[in-house]
Amino acid sequence: MTAEATHDRTANGAPLLEVSGLVVHHGQLRALDAISLQVFPGEVYAIIGANGAGKSTLLRTIAGLHQPTAGSIRFDGQEVTRLRPWRRVTQGIVMVPEGRRLFGSLTVEENLLVGASYARPGPWTLDRVYEAFSWMRERRNQPTAQLSGGEQQTVAIGRALVANPRVLLLDELSLGLAPVVVQRIYGMLPQVLATGLTVLLVEQDVSQALRVASHIHCLLEGQTTLEGRPDEVTADQVEAAYFGLASSPAASPAAEGSESLWPG
Amino acid sequence: MAWVNAIIQGVLTGGLYALFACGLSLMFGVMKVVNLAHGDLAVVAGYIAIGIITVTHVPVLWSVVIVVPVMAVLGYALQRTLIQSALDRSVLITLIVTFGLSVVIENGLLQFFTANSRAIGTGLSLVSGSFTIGSQIQIGYLLVVIFAVAVVVLLGLQYFLSRSRYGRLIRAVADDQEAAQLAGADYRHVFGIAAALAFGTVGLAGIAYGMYSQLSPTTGTDTILLFAFAAVVIGGLGSLWGTLLGGVVLGVAQQIGAQINISDEVLAGYLVFLAVLVLRPQGLIYRRTQS
Repeated sequence: MTAEATHDRTANGAPLLEVSGLVVHHGQLRALDAISLQVFPGEVYAIIGANGAGKSTLLRTIAGLHQPTAGSIRFDGQEVTRLRPWRRVTQGIVMVPEGRRLFGSLTVEENLLVGASYARPGPWTLDRVYEAFSWMRERRNQPTAQLSGGEQQTVAIGRALVANPRVLLLDELSLGLAPVVVQRIYGMLPQVLATGLTVLLVEQDVSQALRVASHIHCLLEGQTTLEGRPDEVTADQVEAAYFGLASSPAASPAAEGSESLWPG
Repeated sequence: MAWVNAIIQGVLTGGLYALFACGLSLMFGVMKVVNLAHGDLAVVAGYIAIGIITVTHVPVLWSVVIVVPVMAVLGYALQRTLIQSALDRSVLITLIVTFGLSVVIENGLLQFFTANSRAIGTGLSLVSGSFTIGSQIQIGYLLVVIFAVAVVVLLGLQYFLSRSRYGRLIRAVADDQEAAQLAGADYRHVFGIAAALAFGTVGLAGIAYGMYSQLSPTTGTDTILLFAFAAVVIGGLGSLWGTLLGGVVLGVAQQIGAQINISDEVLAGYLVFLAVLVLRPQGLIYRRTQS
């Protein structure tokens, strides 16, 4: 992100997405413990953390796939905490799920068409996606199973974009992909942001997150350990927040239960 | 020549069985619901048709125009209420719920319409009419019409699933329910649409069987559901054209069995069903339309 956008987060007005005091349980386990965050329009907001820190749970709860036990989610000033996932899509919250989750018996184009079925009006159309990712047009009639992992991830992003989200949730884009491919996929972010989107992403690869994000938020065992602009946190602080070392200034006592028990 | 006749009759009867089976296959392919009330609902559709024809004296074709939409609406409603609430608990609960529905329908029909068999009278020569090829092959018009209807229904379903917006959504939800929600699809509504389609075919199946043979309150489970199951398993679960192939194989097996000994008709069909289960449990056509 450019420097002027990061100087004053509130310059663009009220937060687009506001999470406050979010608590989510997986059965008996407290996966998220009173998480609050504010995402402002045009930001690339990255949630980082180790395996099982609750990153994906947070993103899935914002998308509506988990119901929180406490706390609220507000989107553009509207309360969306109890909305079903498909209602949030038409409001403009669209997620690219972890592991891509393409429709295996559908072709590339059919996957995009499903994504466009309940689209809000906006700049992204099938043609626009084909322009942005030129290889896709020639291969639009292929089943997605024949694509490489990176290509599948691109189709998954395209499927989310054609819904014309206002905030795009990206869950672990880099999972299972070669570093070169990850670079290329993150390289597409600027042209996505140019269409006026806001991005909230979850990333296990911290250096990748620090490169693309305008704001980072570190989770450890369901709690916030660090928050700030990438240029105002030091590598030591990030390391401490990521691994839960006592030297971290914002470190809070670890929640009960081992982190490895929590699904990412 | 008698054997050729048996095979031709078997193939044509297979069209009727495919009509029984395609709704069952669709419900399983999309929702993973095995609808044990499938046959009873077909009987209900047949009774509604009989009622309409008796009261209004309209031709059979008009009853189809009424019964199929009525069944489709009933399918949507049942899916959105009873079946969905069972699905929300577990797929296994849907077995219990649809079994219960089957018992309720059967006993309701016994209570209100007695155990007497009824046929759908058409007043047309279509039902009894036939044409002959050579001296020994006699083909009833009705079976030819039913076979043609089955093929048209399967083509229509195929076209709808592969080309239409809702068809695409049905396949998407069948593939990955959660990802479909993230694309904005209310999967419960999409399930409802799939159930409406399936129940529409159930309506046709009930009317077709009522014209071909006779309906009684127990026909649903002892004939329609069982033959539908056999056709689906032989053809391959979730495959639309597999149901036609399965129906035809079942029909031919039954007719050949009858040719050997008239009392072996039904047994021969089930022996083939059993053989497929043992030798090729995935069915003859493995999952073409849904994967």
